[in-house]
Amino acid sequence: MSDGGQVQRRDTAEDAPEEQVETTSRSDTREVIDDVDELLDEIDDVLEENAEEFVRSYVQKGGQ
Amino acid sequence: MSTAKFVGVETEYGIAVDGPSPVNPVLASSLVVGAYRAAGRDEVRWDHTDESPLRDARGGPVPEPGEAMIDDELGLANTVLTNGARFYVDHAHPEYASPECSNARDLVIWDRAGELILADAAGRAAATLAAGSRVLIHKNNTDGKGAAYGTHENYLVPRSVPFGRLTRQLLPFFVSRLLFVGAGRLGSGLDPQVSFQLSQRADFFEVELGLETTLKRPLMNTRDEPHADPDRYRRLHVINGDANLCEVATFLKVGTMLLLLDAIEDDALPEVPELLDPVAAFHAVSHDLTARTPLALQDGSTTTALALQRWYLDAVRRYVKERAEGVDPVGEEVLERWEALLVTADDDPRKLVGQVDWATKLDLLENYRSRHGLDWTHDRLKMVELQYHDIRPDKGLYHRLAARGLVERLVTDAEVAAAVHTPPEDTRAWFRGECIRRFRSQVVAAGWDSLILDLGRDSLQRVPMMEPGKGTRAQVGALLDEVDSATELLARLTT
Repeated sequence: MSDGGQVQRRDTAEDAPEEQVETTSRSDTREVIDDVDELLDEIDDVLEENAEEFVRSYVQKGGQ
Repeated sequence: MSTAKFVGVETEYGIAVDGPSPVNPVLASSLVVGAYRAAGRDEVRWDHTDESPLRDARGGPVPEPGEAMIDDELGLANTVLTNGARFYVDHAHPEYASPECSNARDLVIWDRAGELILADAAGRAAATLAAGSRVLIHKNNTDGKGAAYGTHENYLVPRSVPFGRLTRQLLPFFVSRLLFVGAGRLGSGLDPQVSFQLSQRADFFEVELGLETTLKRPLMNTRDEPHADPDRYRRLHVINGDANLCEVATFLKVGTMLLLLDAIEDDALPEVPELLDPVAAFHAVSHDLTARTPLALQDGSTTTALALQRWYLDAVRRYVKERAEGVDPVGEEVLERWEALLVTADDDPRKLVGQVDWATKLDLLENYRSRHGLDWTHDRLKMVELQYHDIRPDKGLYHRLAARGLVERLVTDAEVAAAVHTPPEDTRAWFRGECIRRFRSQVVAAGWDSLILDLGRDSLQRVPMMEPGKGTRAQVGALLDEVDSATELLARLTT
């Protein structure tokens, strides 16, 4: 499991200065790359088979 | 001191029938809503009595609604659920209008419950069609071919708040909040140079202010139909947002508005930076993945989406710090997440992956594109984009990401599953939903602000519910537990 790119919430509700709000960025670890590969394999498995036809025929009526 | 706020969100879902014979979308939508109703759960009709969608917040006489209220004659399904929601056909889409919620976290729960209801209903509808038919539902806002359909937020605001103040102080917020409200869109109907933009809806907005919702869409909609005491309340009908799958996005979309509306009601904001051309800025922000594109202000200077959001966050923080009631825990979480999101976006908005839909979808598209060497306009890439919004847990790509822990969740599956059948406890939705659940055979119709009861008398009895904060579990739970029928309930309510 990866939390790459997600914002880390701070643990306290104190009125902390904004410098204490931490962010993380996606790291290039082997694990992350494996995760992405597995995810893309899965997407190839579940993606509509006739993507071209499905996308072309996906026409909606306008709403609000 | 500001009044209690309530919020509900209406979502028109995309619908497609895939199968041996074509089914038009109006019929398909009716089948979906009807199939859920036919499942024996809910047969309570919608009460149109108090609807006046043509009432304009800018004033003037209320036009006659004409022939608008004939859903039942057309055979369009329209029902009320035990969770307090309305589930019906609007135009050519199945629409779920969430029950009234008192806070952003509840709204996330009942908004997600709508996805489960649609998924269940679509499965039932497919079973009534020719063998091999599938009914696919997408929580999106455009087909990418020129049609848009809405996700509307509704906020209850005191009548005393001038509409001009709301407009002036909200327009720059609507423009800049695309940073977290946008659900992402491949391409643009306005600019062929744009391969991906923040918002599904932005390109479809043409004017600053107006009553329309289906053409010449306005950033600030003036529909003034409070579904509550019109002398005390107005309804703020926000039509410029996207449907979100990311819970953080829904939470912030609604949570920031609830806090900001308190501040506007108390007239506590400093002078708001006024955009020279809010509609052009709305498009520009949507088309800019950096959130740093310069936006012209009326005073001749420029700002950016990020700077505007920082301005609003600082102003709201100052406001809640100074007011006597402070901020409740959900509001505190909104402020913390809003801050964290802006800090991340200040580094690079694309790092909002797993938090907001546009960044999550873009990351997926980029990875898929590079693996298969696809052009931005390739149909398989468009399929990935569309299927991101598919509400089926096993096929929807948002759901596949969530199952892998790549999207941050704020509520539990158990909370969402319970909300399919039960209403929020701290609004009038509780009274509506519980009356339907307990006395289904005697509730012939329900609306946002009324229940129509058939007690076997010559005429039907109408129970008005003009205060969204009345009818909570704390207020009427014991009473409902003590009575065995709607007849007994009405007797107790009127003595």
